[in-house]
Amino acid sequence: MLNRDACRLCRIDLSHVSVTRGGQEVLHDVNMHIHCGQLTMLIGQNGAGKTTLIRALLGEIPYQGSIRHEDGDQHEVPHLTKGYVPQQLEFDRDMPVTVRDLMAASFSKRPVWTGISKKTDEKIMKALERVHAEGLIMRPLGRCSGGELQRILLALAMEPAPDLLVLDEPISGVDENGQRLFLDTVNELRFGAHMAILMVSHDLKLVHEYADQVILLDRSVLVQGPPQVVFGSAEFGSVFGKRRERAPLWK
Amino acid sequence: MEMIDHLMDVLLPLEALRFGFMKHALLAVLLLTPLLGLLGTMAVNKQMAFFSDALGHSALTGIGLGIVLGIRSDLLAMLIFGVIWALLIILIRHKAQTSADTVISVCSSTSVAFGLVILSRGGGFAKYSSLLIGDILAVTPNDLLLLLLALVLGSGLWMYMYNGLLLTSINDSLAHSRGVRTRVLECAFAVLVAIIVMLSIRWVGMMLINALLILPAAAARNLARSSRQHACLSVLFALVSGITGLFSAYSWNTSAGAAIVIYAAALYTISLLLKGKIKG
Repeated sequence: MLNRDACRLCRIDLSHVSVTRGGQEVLHDVNMHIHCGQLTMLIGQNGAGKTTLIRALLGEIPYQGSIRHEDGDQHEVPHLTKGYVPQQLEFDRDMPVTVRDLMAASFSKRPVWTGISKKTDEKIMKALERVHAEGLIMRPLGRCSGGELQRILLALAMEPAPDLLVLDEPISGVDENGQRLFLDTVNELRFGAHMAILMVSHDLKLVHEYADQVILLDRSVLVQGPPQVVFGSAEFGSVFGKRRERAPLWK
Repeated sequence: MEMIDHLMDVLLPLEALRFGFMKHALLAVLLLTPLLGLLGTMAVNKQMAFFSDALGHSALTGIGLGIVLGIRSDLLAMLIFGVIWALLIILIRHKAQTSADTVISVCSSTSVAFGLVILSRGGGFAKYSSLLIGDILAVTPNDLLLLLLALVLGSGLWMYMYNGLLLTSINDSLAHSRGVRTRVLECAFAVLVAIIVMLSIRWVGMMLINALLILPAAAARNLARSSRQHACLSVLFALVSGITGLFSAYSWNTSAGAAIVIYAAALYTISLLLKGKIKG
């Protein structure tokens, strides 16, 4: 647990959010809030609706209910800038594209093949430094490891500075060193930037170690609060019961 | 045009360029190949080689339908049908619950069959056979103007779309999260490829146009490490194969389109052999 204090300046409130897909209610009456300055981790079994919730938050699918972004005086902020880091990026690893190309194509309108301006290069370097990946700038994208790619995507998601950073299982399939490096970087960003972070993770040990707030989802929110509260709850026991009987994975 | 011809006489005093048709053919190659080289990079990255092949084949149906509908210009008929066909293939590919290559193959065969049924009716296909291999030596000054217009507009559109297309070629969801309208861009790219392919078919030929679009870009991809290298090498390979192919065709007295493609194929083979050494 690295930071338990919310900046108390703003929050994102989900109120009575429901999503119906193909005639089935995938999310039912979800009520939760995500605070700025906190790392909120979303846990739940497969099929619990975590990805659907993220897609609703990102505005990719229709939903009932409301998602509000409020400032410190509880006034609604109309526009919410979102950053998104997907699960493992699938792409053609033989494609001749460097990290610099990818970032320049995202940051600038000038066609990458005509050259990259000094100003864009500085912006790229600054973004990569933020995630300790400046050494990767000239590397072909296909030569980056899973952990390196996720940090590059994190650097992209941080530009422009988001109000809400959404990380959808960003460390699944990444080796343990890569996972810790990624989460340590997310922690640094949390302290340095004014934003709320919502991350989906299956790794309960890392959730317990890094999260400020945990939300346990099973189509609706079963329980939310600090890790020790959620992990000690009866709801957590009923969802992850079998695992708990074997060993407390988060210790 | 006379001024350009005179300038070419002074700058390039080659035996082959004594003839006006060779000068025009060379200018056509210089106008056409760079744009094909550039568009090819994205066609290769987005794994659309088969798609552009199917587009080329649809030229026959375009002309056939043009005749049925009473459109006098073959080129206009090809352009209209090519654009509609490109958008249809994209739509079917997204809607159909089957693999992209199956959908494209079905579309390609269907369009060729339709075209042949209409054009070969009454045994009159012979007059369209030049479409199969093309004839770049038949380029007129008016055609050159059209190619110049295509180069300017095509390059402009290409510059505007490039970064978004690059992001979609890496990953659609990633591009979407960066605010790129992926579906619109995909359609715009397909339309641009359709227009350039249809404009080129008369000169390069239906059988070879796709090779000229894909081979230089594929060869460049084997050697390039960055997007810039990919684009520059692809344009260079397209130009080199275009120019050497044209002059070889003159000496060998054979089809220019085919000679150009043979050089492009040779460059691809060399690039494949060098790939391991250069990219590691």
